[in-house]
Parts: sequence; C-alpha cells; structure tokens
Amino acid sequence: MYVSHLSLLDFRSYAAVDVELEPGPNAFVGRNGQGKTNLVEAIGYVATLGSHRVATDAPLIRAGAPRALVRTRIVRGDRASTVELEITPGKANRARINRGQPVRTRDVLGILRTVLFAPEDLALVKGDPDGRRRFLDQLVVQLLPRTAGLLGDYDRVVRQRSALLKSLRGLRAAGRSADLTTLEIWDAKAAQLGAQILAMRLQLLQALRPLVAGAYEQVSDADGAAELGYRASAAGAGDDDGGDGRALLPDDPGAAPPSAAELEQALLAAMAAARSQEVERGVTLVGPHRDDLVLTLGGLPAKGYASHGESWSFALALRLASYRLLGGGADAGDAAGAATPPALPAGGTFWDPDLGTDADPVLVLDDVFAELDVRRRERLAELVAPARQVLVTAAVPGDVPPGLLAARFDVTTGQVRRAA
Amino acid sequence: MYEGAVQDLIDELGRLPGVGPKSAQRIAFHLLAADAGDVRRLVDALTEVKARVRFCEVCGNVAEAERCRICLDPRRSDEVICVVEEPKDVVAIERTREFRGRYHVLGGAINPIEGVGPDDLRTAELMSRLADGVVQEVILATDPNVEGEATATYLARLIGPMGITVSRLASGLPVGGDLEYADEVTLGRAFEGRRVVGR
Repeated sequence: MYVSHLSLLDFRSYAAVDVELEPGPNAFVGRNGQGKTNLVEAIGYVATLGSHRVATDAPLIRAGAPRALVRTRIVRGDRASTVELEITPGKANRARINRGQPVRTRDVLGILRTVLFAPEDLALVKGDPDGRRRFLDQLVVQLLPRTAGLLGDYDRVVRQRSALLKSLRGLRAAGRSADLTTLEIWDAKAAQLGAQILAMRLQLLQALRPLVAGAYEQVSDADGAAELGYRASAAGAGDDDGGDGRALLPDDPGAAPPSAAELEQALLAAMAAARSQEVERGVTLVGPHRDDLVLTLGGLPAKGYASHGESWSFALALRLASYRLLGGGADAGDAAGAATPPALPAGGTFWDPDLGTDADPVLVLDDVFAELDVRRRERLAELVAPARQVLVTAAVPGDVPPGLLAARFDVTTGQVRRAA
Repeated sequence: MYEGAVQDLIDELGRLPGVGPKSAQRIAFHLLAADAGDVRRLVDALTEVKARVRFCEVCGNVAEAERCRICLDPRRSDEVICVVEEPKDVVAIERTREFRGRYHVLGGAINPIEGVGPDDLRTAELMSRLADGVVQEVILATDPNVEGEATATYLARLIGPMGITVSRLASGLPVGGDLEYADEVTLGRAFEGRRVVGR
C-alpha cells in the first residue's frame, strides 16, 4: 500500500497544505522546525489514531484553530480509498472513509499500516525496560487485536493486587493477622492474565529472533550476532541461583516456548515464593510488568556494552524485523537480495492471515539518517528502497542516500514544494 | 462564587455522581427559576426516599418494608439465587422477565483500591442463606470487569465446596447487533465462549 495524497488543514504548523506522494521513496528535506516531521506524524495518526510524539491531541492543532483536518488517499493494489480525520481536542474525533457518512474512528485502523523509525528508537536499546515491554506489547496487539483488552485487564489486576498488598502491609505493621483468601483470588487472576501475556511475548520473540538477527547482519557489517532474550521476573524466583530468568525462552529458536498453562503455574509459584517480600514492599514484584527484553550482541548485553553505532544498528534491526513480521517486504523480498519471507510458527497463537495483495506497511524514517554513519546509511537505504513506499525526513539532503531522493520535497515554513 | 444559599446548593449538587460544577450550576439556577410547587415535590421525594426506603433484610435490595417484594413473592423459586452487585442490577435482570428465583445484592464488588474487601460486602449474609440446603444453584451476575470477575471467583471458591451449582453469566455478542460492529475484545471473548449447535 502507499499514500498517494496528503492534505492537512490547521494541523501543527500547517494552515493548509496539499502533497502528492509517489510510491517508492519520498524524501522531505528542510531545516529544523520547518514541519517535516509534522507531515509523517499526520500519516502516522491515520494509521494508529495517535501521534508518536505526544500523548494528547491538543498539540496537533495549529495554535488558535478549533480543529485539525487530515485527509489521505491510500492506494492498495488497484484500489484507492480516502480517509479523512477531524481532530478536535477534548471531543470525539470524527472519521470519514471514501467521503461517506462519518464512521467510528476505530474503523479507520487497518486501512493504512505504517512502521516508524525515529530517533527515539535508540531508547529501545539504551533506555529502560518499560520501552522494550511497550515495543513487544504493541507488536502483539497488532498481531492479535484482542490482546489490547488483556493488557488493560492485567494492568488493572496488578493495581488492585498492589493496593491489597499495601493494606496487608498496614495490617501486618499493626500486628494483626491478615486474611489471605482475597490475595489468592488476585494471585489467580494476575497469574491467569499474566501467563497469557507472557506466552504471547515468548511466541513473538521466537518469531522475531531470526528476523532481528538477519536484519542486524544486513544493517551492520556483522560486528557480532544480535540475539534476543527474555528476562522474566517469574523465572528463577524460587531457584537458589536466583537465575536471570532466561530459562523461559528456549535456546533453540525453532522450539516452542512454554504454554500459557505452564507459565500460569510458574507465575503462581513465583508469587508464593515472593509473597513475604511483596507484602513487605506493597508492590507486585512478579509478572510481565516487571520483565525485560534482553538484547545481546556477541554474547554481551547491548545496553552498556554496545557502541553508539551498534546500538543504532540494533534499534534499526528491531524495527526492520517488526516490518517483516507484519508482512512487509515479502513482495520485494528477492529484489532486496536477502530478505527472507516472514515466518510465524505454525500452530501458535499468532498467524499470518492473507491480507490480500499489496499489504506492505508504509515505512516512515523520521530524521533517522542524520544519526547514522555513512556505511549504515547506505545499508539501510538499500534495505528499505524496495519497499512499496518509504517516507524519509532529513534536515540536510546530503544525509539521505541518493537512492531515496527520487521524489524530493522541500519543506520551508509550512510550505511543501516538490523539487524538480 | 455566588451568595450563600445558591453556592451551598451548587456545592451539594456537585457532590452527586455524574454531576460536575457546570451541571451543578445549571441545575441550581433551574431550581431557582422553577415553580415553588415543583421544588416542593422534589424536596418531598428526597425526604421520603430517606425516610421510607431501606434495604431488604434478606437480599439487600431496596425495599419499603423489612423484606422486598421479590423476597415476599411466594411464586418465586427458593432454589436459585442470582448474585448481583447493586440494586439497579436487580431491576435490569427483572426487565428480562426470565428469572424466577431470588436475588442477593452484594452492595459492590471486591476493590482493594477503594478499600472494599469481602467483609465490606454482604457475603456473610449470602453464606447463611445457603446453609439450609434449599438452594440448588447460585448464578453469579457480577459485572464482567476485573473487579466483578474477582468477586465471582471469590464467591465460587466459597460456595463450590458446599455442593451447590455455581454458574456465571456468559459474555459475548450483543443481540440484534451486527457482528462487524463488535469490538475486538468482545468478539474475541465470544469466540472463546462459543458453543456447539450441531455435529
């Protein structure tokens, strides 16, 4: 799929702008603060109903305007559809598809799919576990939408359970014995929901491991093998060695990870083992909300050991791998020379329904090239160039490899002009 | 801020559930402009409800006597009890005209964040109602959210060993709707809870 037309009214710095886009590479070039990222942010909003930069809608509206309008035309195969979103902060946004009657904004999801690379991706490698958990969970939700409800329920259960632990701590401090029956109920709920999340993450990781290793090799000159691991707060809690929890993920990338039923037992056991500590601290210490995605490079943890360039390669590899997992690059696989078709293991929770032709997500590379050295730039350009559509933003045209400058747009103070 | 009495009224109205400061102000000025007779009727209704209405000593539903109409109705079966969170849930189920058993109103759900534990609910009353062996089935009709599910699990663990059938309302698709309009979570649940209709 590709975006053939983008028009914005009162969105961010743009009073009104119309841009005709091409399939294949498109580059938006302009000095900082001219509005390049605003363009790709609008396209991302149509794909995800959210911005990758801010959590609320208010900053998306041009100062002084009551609402913003984003209109896109998306071409898939030989069919084009228009999606129009009216963003009004503090009110329900409105959506129209193909100039028809207003529909629920949620119905817009799935018409356009994007995979975004942004400078913030570096935090996946160097930042806190929180960002890595979100990376995994967002992918899981894309593969299995119902998981969004599961994640919300789990979060609620953990908060209830932690509140109960705090009140038990209060009772214990007052020297009174506490009734643990209700804690057992919350243990059971947390274990049941947590195990499902855990099982999905592990299955996702098994599918992701070869893709990330492959993508890393392509982006860098193979300065070590990129591996994914999973550090579970549940594993090893009862062991004497206090293991790092890697045991949950099988060493063999082809093997099936533990089932949700097995994980539920493991979580229950870990909660029982951690109980007195949990009551003492009034916090739920075991479960997917305390886990981490472990990134290793040649056997050493990427966080702390990897150089800046290597960290960047790893972040790019994670994004490229998710692009391929979501079905991207399958059409252009052989042209790229190395891309392997994405493989979701058969019989797992996830599978790869046939999304019809031209389902390739649109790749968005926001200000990424400036962060990379020349070699990585060229390699990344080679890898993304065959995609159905790539949108690139850059402050300096020299940062963008020539292969991606086929359709170049100059962005200056709220104006977008196609460069000759 | 308004003068004494008006501001007092706005403050009091603003404490009601679902009423924000703007709505409270609007209602207050509506009452100021309204006919004295209308306001009197509202005042009477408020006083009446506090004076007359109490909670049924058996099921915890709202009642005007010691027992509610449902607990007093001899045509209803004593063998089935439907457990709900609030009196308004009784009204909702009664509207279906399907259920001919008795009710038990818990007065909420287990919610540690709000400081509500099983002892703050009418669980002990429920257990004593089950003690005489007349009740054959308990239907757990707590809300299908995290707190309602936890309450249902808690009660199921308590009642199960007594040899009484414990059932839980199904969750799934709204009737009369279009499948395409169901959200992913509801539809996913409906898939999990599907039943066989032929072989």
